[in-house]
Amino acid sequence: MQAKSPLARAVVHLVLIAGSAVFLFPLFWMISTSLKPVEETMLSPPRWIPSALHFENYLRAVTHGSQVLGYIPFFEYGKNTLLLCVLVVAGSVISNALIAYGFARLQWPGRNALFGVTLATMMIPFPVLMVPMFVLFRHLGWVGTFRPLWVPAWFGSAFNIFLLRQFFLTIPRELSDAAVVDGCSELQVFRHVILPLSRPALAVVALFSFLYTWNDFLGPLIYLNDQRMFTLSLGLQFYQSQAGGTEWHLLMAAATIIVVPIIVLFFFTQRTFIQGIALTGMKG
Amino acid sequence: MTRSARRQTRAGLAFISPWLVGLGVFLLYPIIASLYYSFCDYSVLDRARPMGLANYGELLGDELYLKSLVNSLFYAALSVPLGLALALSLALFLNSGVRGLTIYRTIFFLPALVPMVALAVLWLWIFNGEYGVLNIFLSRLGIPAPGWLTDPAWSKPALILLSLWGMGQAMVIFLAGLQDVPVHLYESADLDGATWWHKLRHVTLPMISPVLLFNGIMGIIGSLQFFAIPYIMTPNGQPARSAYFYAMYLYDSAFLYLRMGYASAMAWILFLLILFLTLLSLRLAARYVHYEAG
Repeated sequence: MQAKSPLARAVVHLVLIAGSAVFLFPLFWMISTSLKPVEETMLSPPRWIPSALHFENYLRAVTHGSQVLGYIPFFEYGKNTLLLCVLVVAGSVISNALIAYGFARLQWPGRNALFGVTLATMMIPFPVLMVPMFVLFRHLGWVGTFRPLWVPAWFGSAFNIFLLRQFFLTIPRELSDAAVVDGCSELQVFRHVILPLSRPALAVVALFSFLYTWNDFLGPLIYLNDQRMFTLSLGLQFYQSQAGGTEWHLLMAAATIIVVPIIVLFFFTQRTFIQGIALTGMKG
Repeated sequence: MTRSARRQTRAGLAFISPWLVGLGVFLLYPIIASLYYSFCDYSVLDRARPMGLANYGELLGDELYLKSLVNSLFYAALSVPLGLALALSLALFLNSGVRGLTIYRTIFFLPALVPMVALAVLWLWIFNGEYGVLNIFLSRLGIPAPGWLTDPAWSKPALILLSLWGMGQAMVIFLAGLQDVPVHLYESADLDGATWWHKLRHVTLPMISPVLLFNGIMGIIGSLQFFAIPYIMTPNGQPARSAYFYAMYLYDSAFLYLRMGYASAMAWILFLLILFLTLLSLRLAARYVHYEAG
């Protein structure tokens, strides 16, 4: 529906600009606070722009962190988070692509029934699985290691299977048939015909599993107990002191460090991102 | 079976074999085990002892449980419709042919990218009673500033407000839906002299009703599992358990009190509740949602 009259267009712009200001303000405030000297975080009326930009807050946030709680191994957390992200993204892309190929391009008895079961499992909320998974990983002696957080990603997930299968179905049959006639095995068809044509869909899977792992709080909270093994999401809470006296400028600097990589990633992959989200909304 | 059919079956099973393990070990087994535990007394340290419906019976009389259930329903009942209304309104504005669409879309979507933990600590700072920018702002406008996270009457509204800030994903889905509405429908409505409101009511809303249904169901499922943000912002659901949500009590029962059976019973009630609300939405949808033929 178009806004045609100049007045209508002006109103639309006005609303969108005002809305943008409201939506951007918290992020602006996070960055502004992160660059202030500590005294300026406690002024009323507040100081919108720091009198001088204290970039050393970032250095303090990642090296010694909060004075209240002592040393926070921020770089360890970053390394742990990245390691998990790499393992989860690799596992998700490889396993879901293989599985989706089996569902989309090959005929075998029971395929449609199993696909129906796969879709139905998307209804199961995580809390139902949480307790038995913990018990299982505890029996395996995996609690306190990274394994519960990345191994499952190598065995497929219903949503990604669904997403990739829908994409694979749109690739013309003739292409893979021609390859089979030329003597390609299914694995070769998969690698040399299907995968190169599926980059946009694979990018969506990679991107969303990266974000999921970067953001995940509950998983690390359940399975990690050694503080040196924490992820960024889990470690951030140490900047906050329950007893009061939180050093807000350092907490905001640490939060900014966690937010910025995601926003940079978004700007580089904006198309994939928006398409991916729209894809999740399509057809339900 | 022909040779080619055998070949396809073998290849098919080989390709999906990771999923046979994943589905069995990480989904079907946990579902069955969880149902079994929900009928047991189980601390992880000892064997699970079956005790019939005792967990479910205890839940019915557990005031903290009922409180967390009511809190979660309250949160869902407000945050989902308000979030949908905001996301849809913004998407309608964005879809009005205005210049700078991608810039505005990016701005409204950005908060949805902020990791939940960062979002929680950022809003702790904004809501802060002493130096929080929101209350300084409100008091300068002469509005009495509520103790957002320290007043039991305001803790849930504060969290709902925060959830509205992160509605970007729903907005992007709405926008994609709006862009798919065929232009000729608006053109013929224009020929009939339809007003802005008539077009919204009789063209736009029916055409995007499947998207509305999808966003609504996803919203309900997500909001009933609300965990990380209140876990950080309102530890133990303080003040006065006013922000103690279903998933927090479930987590505490399992990992703080080591009552795995009790937590599993809670998980199953949650599952049934989500299932019920989803089916209810689908039933309502059968009456109102419009699906394009073909």
